[in-house]
Amino acid sequence: MSESIKEKIENEAKNLLNTYLQSGEDLKAKERTKIPCQVMINQDPLIRRYNLDEVALGFTKEQAQLEAMRCLQCVKKNCVLDCPVNINIPGFINHIAHGNFEAAIKIVKETTLLPAICGRVCPQESQCQLHCAVGKALKDVDQSVAIGRLERFVADWERETGKKVLPDMKAPTGKKVAVIGSGPAGLVVAADCKREGHHVTLFEAFHKMGGVLRYGIPEFRLPNSIIDEEIATLKDMGVELRTNYVVGRTRKLTDLIEKDKYDAVFIGTGAGLPIFSGIEGENLVGVFSANEYLTRANLMQAYDKEHADTPIFSSKIVAVLGGGNVAMDSARMAKRMGAETVYVIYRRTENEMPARKEEVLHAKEEGIEFRFLENVKRIVGDTYSCVNSIECLKYELGEPDETGRRRPVEISGSEFMQEVDTVIVAIGNGSNPLISQTTPRLKVNRKGNVLVDSNQKTSMDRVFAGGDIVLGAATVILAMGEGRKAAASINNMLLHDIQIEKAELQEVYNNALDI
Amino acid sequence: MNIIIYKEQLSKDVFLMRISAPLIAEERLPGQFIILQTNDNYGERIPLTIADANIEEGSITIIFQVVGKTTTELSLLQPGDYLPALVGPLGKPTHIDNFGKVVCVGGGIGVAPLYPIVQALKKAGNYVIIIMGARNKELLILENEMKSIADELIVCTDDGSYGRKGLVTQPLEELCKQAFKPDMVFAIGPPVMMKFCSLTTKPYNVFTQVSLNTIMVDGTGMCGGCRVNVNNEVKFVCVDGPEFDGHQVDFDNMIARLNAYKSFEKKKMKCFVEDSFKQKEVLL
Repeated sequence: MSESIKEKIENEAKNLLNTYLQSGEDLKAKERTKIPCQVMINQDPLIRRYNLDEVALGFTKEQAQLEAMRCLQCVKKNCVLDCPVNINIPGFINHIAHGNFEAAIKIVKETTLLPAICGRVCPQESQCQLHCAVGKALKDVDQSVAIGRLERFVADWERETGKKVLPDMKAPTGKKVAVIGSGPAGLVVAADCKREGHHVTLFEAFHKMGGVLRYGIPEFRLPNSIIDEEIATLKDMGVELRTNYVVGRTRKLTDLIEKDKYDAVFIGTGAGLPIFSGIEGENLVGVFSANEYLTRANLMQAYDKEHADTPIFSSKIVAVLGGGNVAMDSARMAKRMGAETVYVIYRRTENEMPARKEEVLHAKEEGIEFRFLENVKRIVGDTYSCVNSIECLKYELGEPDETGRRRPVEISGSEFMQEVDTVIVAIGNGSNPLISQTTPRLKVNRKGNVLVDSNQKTSMDRVFAGGDIVLGAATVILAMGEGRKAAASINNMLLHDIQIEKAELQEVYNNALDI
Repeated sequence: MNIIIYKEQLSKDVFLMRISAPLIAEERLPGQFIILQTNDNYGERIPLTIADANIEEGSITIIFQVVGKTTTELSLLQPGDYLPALVGPLGKPTHIDNFGKVVCVGGGIGVAPLYPIVQALKKAGNYVIIIMGARNKELLILENEMKSIADELIVCTDDGSYGRKGLVTQPLEELCKQAFKPDMVFAIGPPVMMKFCSLTTKPYNVFTQVSLNTIMVDGTGMCGGCRVNVNNEVKFVCVDGPEFDGHQVDFDNMIARLNAYKSFEKKKMKCFVEDSFKQKEVLL
């Protein structure tokens, strides 16, 4: 988006807001739905495809107020029901509409501690915004109130204006909680348990905190500085941070309870086991899991070729296999790493793609080429075992399968060769086996996902789990929702422990008095 | 934690370091490795096998050869310095049992990871024959340590500057040809050496365990960069290994994958050396 368009959008919003404010009257529903949807100002695609800076630049104050004024403040609040952490959406939006950002962020933070992250990466179009009355009235989900962008706006406003305050915390209880994995689920559990006064240790296998937020989601979608900020908040709250610690290897899970005397353990180790499709040539030089490619680029900062010691493959023509958000991230990252051509190869059509519409649009704007109804049959290498081409097969859509999506059917004899030098496999992740392998008592299903009850409790006493290790590969917000639920269960359990201990102490005291 | 307690230069490019890491020292078993960084912001993560550990001191011993930027930086650290990132123990431990007659082949720096395995095998009651190989006498490490525990020790150098002249596969083949052939072979060293040791023992049907050191990022199964073909199945060295049946490993593919970043690594090393010279010039 060029400077002049940016200015134009900003000015339009300013003028329009003034008109509404000057009229001084309360707007009727019909008038509210007539307020134009505010356009998110993005970095120009021709520029951003060569840098790592964030793509979406966020609303201006005026844009945020106007967008918030579109909300009808309906009684039913369908948006809240579809939010995994049940944010009081009309409540915070109402404050934004009145320009009271401080009150707005306070409401948001009652239920989510990570709004700057959720506002950026949540699939709002399939959650809160899906059932927005405005979107329904205008018969277009894209015309719903931009709840996610408003959430991001108030979170950024709070951070940028230095208004951030530590959440209230109860007095220390002397209870210890071990949180394994510092991804979205773990961060929520750490914060929620710390607020109840428990001592919390957050264990992370990598050298930096954040889990998938750090190694997986690229800088251009979620800047590292935002993750750093959230981690710093946890540190300021008194959460003990332990990096380079692999539970299951450095110490067994049972040792945390038996030797280190943790009163509760939360497993939030995520879906860290890349799936390969098993086709010929998958081990050739130049074939990567999306995890590896993104970890090199994000966590190890290989995008900064001058400073980083970790290399990233230099590619000219890249094929990304898969159609989810991780495939979009990989494709867009490959482009930024200098690839001339990047294909996303997906065996169904755009309609069936699981990736967020916005990410697909951004990818297209950045010059990513989509090859729908195609699939890779084998990867071919040269005499040095380096990828030089892929053999593709064409597909057509058949009858719907059990998920309701039309099943892709291969067209026999449609094979053709495509020259590429890099293949990034982004077809999903299994659950990481490290903890279950070394904790035989922990029950897991066939896929290796940890089994939990409705309170996120596992088969083991005092051990809870949540996020992708339970759900299989899902979303950041679902992981946070599970983390919230698990933290509540842990806090309940510990409160119960404390009550029993107090009662026992009282009895000892009473007995002593009797003597 | 992570403080370097002791440092010794074993040969021209090979260093031994004892590092305080009480948790790793307590948990580690033969065959396992660590990942370390000399800089936890821009530094790379390199896997190194644990050569020894001392629970009382709370330390682990690593032995490494200077091959690139990170190992050069590591070699420049002194006792008292500390490593910003050290994680482990990673990988599955070696399966130790009383196999009977065991031949342990260590090539170059591979003698280091072999050492704790030899110790454990001996403790389990095996008859242990060690074959050590290096390009020349200068590059031989841990000879005295190995001599003190081996039932038989055979030393080879490529140039004949010490011990037998020739490759480790020659004495290995001789041992396989004996009527009382080995029950098990452990081979750790450069990939080419492990490949040829496996090829040597295959006709004699002697099970050969190799320990692979592939490119890794996380070391916990998350990235899959370390994957190898074993019996036509994809395995992750970091969580399924690092030890595999040498007769089933596709070494050619593994060697190709190890070379994926060679040009980048060379360039980084060149920049590093040039920068250090520049810094020295400024200081002088």
